[in-house]
Amino acid sequence: MMTRQRIPLRVELPLLIWLVLVWGALWQDFSLGNLVFGAIIAFTVANLLYLPPVELSGRFNVFYAVGFAGRFLYQLVLASAQVFWLALTRGPKLENAVVGVRLRSPSDLLVTATGHILSLIPGSLVVEVDRSTSTLYLHCLNVSTSDDAEKVRQNALRTEEWLIRVMGNREDLARLHPDAPHHSDGRKHP
Amino acid sequence: MMDAALDVLTMVLLLGGALMSLAAAVGLLRFPDLLSRMHAATKPQVLGLLLFLMAIAVEQRSWAIVPVLIICWIFQLLTAPVSAHMVGRAGYRTKHLRKDLLSMDDLDDVVQHAATRRREAGDRASSD
Amino acid sequence: MTVVLGIIAVILGISALCAVYRVARGPSILDRVLAVDVLLAIVGGALAADMVFNGHTNNLVILVATSIVGFIASVTVARFVTEKK
Repeated sequence: MMTRQRIPLRVELPLLIWLVLVWGALWQDFSLGNLVFGAIIAFTVANLLYLPPVELSGRFNVFYAVGFAGRFLYQLVLASAQVFWLALTRGPKLENAVVGVRLRSPSDLLVTATGHILSLIPGSLVVEVDRSTSTLYLHCLNVSTSDDAEKVRQNALRTEEWLIRVMGNREDLARLHPDAPHHSDGRKHP
Repeated sequence: MMDAALDVLTMVLLLGGALMSLAAAVGLLRFPDLLSRMHAATKPQVLGLLLFLMAIAVEQRSWAIVPVLIICWIFQLLTAPVSAHMVGRAGYRTKHLRKDLLSMDDLDDVVQHAATRRREAGDRASSD
Repeated sequence: MTVVLGIIAVILGISALCAVYRVARGPSILDRVLAVDVLLAIVGGALAADMVFNGHTNNLVILVATSIVGFIASVTVARFVTEKK
């Protein structure tokens, strides 16, 4: 038998709500009876098949979330078209780069989310992550000069900034100020 | 009138989705190394699936089906980068990357550094 | 309607051929697994087009299921390649 910590219901609640919504959507039936049954199953599954809880910050800004979704869709369409164009015109003559980006937040959730979003947008792909310094190594299509690489870095940092504004905690928000100190010193920016 | 407009919209969405599949396939065919092929292969699919799902929603003309389509796309969003990252990492580590195509490589220094450190640790272990 | 169906069929067919060529050609197992993933997405697209043209939602379950578990194959192969040395 595994020893496990009791997770307070408040921490578990977002997961349970998400599971109930998935249940309702899969059955295409949002009637009360079905949702209650889904809630029972969600509770059982969450307690029987134990996973370490994801630590959310407790903050969620809906306005920034909508803005972020819009920005994400815009970038998705633009970059998909770009990759198509590159495949047709450049093809084999392509110059890529692996660019290291040092993110501001030490939080696992934010680093994962940023890497995930950057991976979803065509043109950049996370090859390796250094958790101790929250550095993402991105493989980028069609980057040949250091100016292009700097653009990739700026874009990654802006993505992180949006995510922090959507769901970062107060320390992360404080880090967005330009004169705020970095979370761990002594290592140079890659 | 409304119906005809929605039908046209459905067709446009379907064509868009099919073009995204074509983008993935052409990229797969023409890009020179594994990691650049990966950009073409995994990413346009995210938009492609979205367009296909939107086409289904418009064609069905019902809101009841929208949640399951959204769930489908969200799962795609959650899982696609996982496989892309794992394959990319494996490709980088097993040297399927063509270094001559890279204009810069920030990770290389780190990897070299780690490799020398590991070698030193190995030497020490074998001399004991 | 029929014309669009034909165009979509041709586009998806060409894409599938490109993907199959990459599966046959390789050069590495990772390229192949990537191409198989693309092939799966193309089949998903064909299923979606079928649903639209015939006005049913029977294949939706397949789309949902593949979008949940479709990534496992490539992760497995990637892990296998990394561990093997």
